[in-house]
Amino acid sequence: MDPRRNPRSVSDPKVRQVGFFAPPPDRSQSGPPDPISSAASSPPLSSVSPSGNSLSPVMIPPPRHHSDNLTLLSCPVPVPVPFPAAVPSSYTAAPDFSPTTAASSSYSGKLAAAAAGGDGELGDDVAMSPGRVGKGRVMASSVPASGLTTVSVVTMPPGITEKVGGASVEVQNERPANSKPQKEKMTKAERRALQEAQRAAKAAAKGEGNKATTAAPGAASSEVTKPNKVVKPSQKKSDGASVAPSEKKGPGGERPPEKERKKDVPHPRMQYDDESRVEKAKRKAVVKQTEARNRVELFRHLPQYERGSQLPDLESKFFQLDLMHPAVYKVGLQYLYGDVCGGNARCIAMLKAFQEVIKEYSTPLEKTLSRDLTAKISSYVSFFTECRPLSVSMGNAIRFLKSRIAKLPLTMSESEAKANLQSDIDHFINEKIILADKVIVSHAVTKIRDSDVLLTYGSPSAVEMILLHAHELGKQFRVVVVDSRPKLEGQLLLRRLVGKGINCTYININAVSYIMHEVTRVFLGASAVLSNGTVYSRVGTACVAMVAHAFRVPVLVCCEAYKFDERVQLDSICSNELGDPDVISKVPDRDESNSLDGLPNSDNLQLLNLIYDATPSDYVSMIITDYGMVPPTSVPVIVREYRREHLWI
Amino acid sequence: MWRRSASFILDRGNDVVSKPDSITLSPPPTYQSSSMADTLQNPNPNPKISAYYQTRAAHHGVVTSDWLAQAQEAAGPDSPGSDGRSNSAADSGGGGRPFSVIDEFNNWRQQPDLAEAVAAIRALAAVIRASEATTMMELEIELKKASDSLKLGDTTSISLTAGCDLFMRYVTRTSALEYEEFNSAKSRLIERAEKFGEISYKARRIIAMLSQDFIFDGCTILVHGFSRVVLEVLKTAVQNKKVFRVFCTEGRPDRSGLRLSNELAKLDVPVKLLIDSAVAYTMDEVDMVLVGADGVVESGGIINLMGTYQIALVAHCMSKPVYVAAESYKFARLYPLGQKDMAPALRPIDFGVPIPSKVDVETSARDYTPPQYLTLLFTDLGVLTPSVVSDELIQLYL
Repeated sequence: MDPRRNPRSVSDPKVRQVGFFAPPPDRSQSGPPDPISSAASSPPLSSVSPSGNSLSPVMIPPPRHHSDNLTLLSCPVPVPVPFPAAVPSSYTAAPDFSPTTAASSSYSGKLAAAAAGGDGELGDDVAMSPGRVGKGRVMASSVPASGLTTVSVVTMPPGITEKVGGASVEVQNERPANSKPQKEKMTKAERRALQEAQRAAKAAAKGEGNKATTAAPGAASSEVTKPNKVVKPSQKKSDGASVAPSEKKGPGGERPPEKERKKDVPHPRMQYDDESRVEKAKRKAVVKQTEARNRVELFRHLPQYERGSQLPDLESKFFQLDLMHPAVYKVGLQYLYGDVCGGNARCIAMLKAFQEVIKEYSTPLEKTLSRDLTAKISSYVSFFTECRPLSVSMGNAIRFLKSRIAKLPLTMSESEAKANLQSDIDHFINEKIILADKVIVSHAVTKIRDSDVLLTYGSPSAVEMILLHAHELGKQFRVVVVDSRPKLEGQLLLRRLVGKGINCTYININAVSYIMHEVTRVFLGASAVLSNGTVYSRVGTACVAMVAHAFRVPVLVCCEAYKFDERVQLDSICSNELGDPDVISKVPDRDESNSLDGLPNSDNLQLLNLIYDATPSDYVSMIITDYGMVPPTSVPVIVREYRREHLWI
Repeated sequence: MWRRSASFILDRGNDVVSKPDSITLSPPPTYQSSSMADTLQNPNPNPKISAYYQTRAAHHGVVTSDWLAQAQEAAGPDSPGSDGRSNSAADSGGGGRPFSVIDEFNNWRQQPDLAEAVAAIRALAAVIRASEATTMMELEIELKKASDSLKLGDTTSISLTAGCDLFMRYVTRTSALEYEEFNSAKSRLIERAEKFGEISYKARRIIAMLSQDFIFDGCTILVHGFSRVVLEVLKTAVQNKKVFRVFCTEGRPDRSGLRLSNELAKLDVPVKLLIDSAVAYTMDEVDMVLVGADGVVESGGIINLMGTYQIALVAHCMSKPVYVAAESYKFARLYPLGQKDMAPALRPIDFGVPIPSKVDVETSARDYTPPQYLTLLFTDLGVLTPSVVSDELIQLYL
């Protein structure tokens, strides 16, 4: 057991996970509850970081785990056991190489040798592994980050490593035993058996002498062959995507009930290069996504899926998803296919779906509304996340709704509570979105003068309202609509503006430096504004803002205050969204053969379709919100002053 | 000459603002200073000239209000002019009562040592006193009307607007008022308004004390224009036996820098007078720039006498700190995006020689200095960086 996992191995106590945002997945739940250690009293769980519950304010990408890479690569036999697949070798493998103080080069060499056998099956089974397995293997050991983690293991004296590892094993094993004792009863016995086997294997490996690196695959294979039941799901999985639902149900044969399922909800900002976690999240996923193949190295931590295969899959599952409310299902599909896009539209669609849910909700027996409904909403949120990563606006709206549910007095009757929640949602939509937009328009219009040339990028809804309102007021101005591939959203805006009789110029973003000298104001929309004033918006916004700054043109960002986020982000790498890479390689409506045809399958081509970027606050002159016009430095003030007041009452 | 030109402005303002009676007043300005007439006749015969008078008065209300008072005494036709103005305002806002806010305000404003915001609040206090309202709500409405008419009367004075807003906020937001008996609440408001002058004076003292840490022995300070706060700061520094010297810009066109250098010479501070265009030339000798402000806006930038922006730019280029001394009641909920993004505040410029009528003259009286060129703001809330201004404003007004 590698000690690096310790900090994350401590999970939240169950109580704390209820009233908040989708909890992080069981990050390090590495094994089934251990009967022996579960008897012991639980060590202090107070080292839980509070941020684990809600969105963590600062993202620190976790180090890559050698043990994880090892897991996937070192097993000669496909180990498709749904739950503990990634786990056994993290038990066995880590102690194996850590005491040997193996240089990473020889270690990777062994890896390569070990994995050579099982490559074929793995390539198909482990769809999560970035790129082809062979390549991924080499990279995993040669990337400096992984080198670092190895060092941290190597420097540890063998004895200590073992001790710490042992201790952490106990901690980890206890926690699930305490917090959710009755989860997946069917598999418990079997997993216990598995763990026993692992222990035996580990002990054996230790006994043999610490240089037996090959013991890891050996142990793994022996585990797999030992319990018969484990082989069964492996067959299921090898069938491929067609049996997704059955696979999802897991060896338990039954979907875990809502409340337990909630625990496995992937963290909204899960690091997708952490393969064990991805595995886990994928197993719970409703939407069967196929990972894109050639992903850009810098963006591996972000989810990226191939488009097009999900709909039939989801359709086939429609009647099995008895727990999914149809309204939620519909909105999820709309997200998936981009029918609903734009921060406000997505947020409103989600809230309306939740309203439907609440309308038809009835508390099951022996449950309280606040707990059960929160769990239900969490599971829906995880579904939405699978369809498309949540936006900050949606995150804030969800947080609002959950806090409302949590604040419901226990004495309140169900119908009353439901009515309350529904009206709360209505209030939120009206005050935070619709009214806020009106206020923003009224502020922004004061900044438009006659003979202005306004530039906007993409199709921000708030800016459109501003332009139309200014036009209604009879202001004489001209609009430059800047657009970019692949979405070409600006065309819709252009159509609407021209229809209203506004003078427009339409250019692509490549020409922005040409047009900028005649522009007097730049109006931009935003998906979120972060605490350091960074504007997180449609990709290309940063470019437009930077050019405007260079030309000394004021940049006005229109953003409702509910999209403000207390996080801080310095670049657009840590947290972003990846779109379908194919759309940037394929140009539609082009008759002659596309010069990129066939290339996407090439190994040395990686396509990157980013959805968002981060505009530094230096380039932003002003942020127009429902609290007035503020400089970007005042965003934390508004977050501090109003978040508590309006969202968390 | 420049004194007379100001009174000329007052008169010129009158003839456009006040409707019928000012027509009789329009002749005197034209004969009074014919050399200036052609300077001014052509540049803005625009409809905005109504703001012109107010702008002029407002600007000097802050910078050299005492001088304005003298000018008004000196110029004969001035007093009927202000009457005319107040009448017109009373018609719009007061509703036929003999009492007029604007009148009251103008009286207060003429006092040399009274800041404009204080004058505005005193005027509002007079509204309360004269009010016949019987409920708090009525009084509030009346006050609102009065402050609106005040603000409307002078859209270019930031501290007037800010002072009105501040007092209105006090009236509407002080919860203690709601639980009190009406008359005691009313007297409490009046008391508060009376106190405000004191508060404003105290703010100046606080700023002077705070800024002492920044003035070190042997330093050279560049000041621009005439600001009471800056004068107070320098006075306190002299009292604290600091040894420093001051460069005063001339402060064209009203030459307010001359006045400041005069005041400083009385204090035995070594002063050097510069023409406005010598700022960059002398900047390498300067250790810090200290300016006042007509208004501090939400971005953290300041609006001040024309020329402040270029001094700040030069200082920024040469890495000299730019300090701003401003009372917190000058904080305004404004957010100019650039120099032209403000209500125009115009005033005449005397070039000493007749300007051909085809030549256009830039008559704006103030400019906007963006926050990135300011180092610190000395306010009665403490020594702030520009970005804190918005924080304070949000807490104050939202």
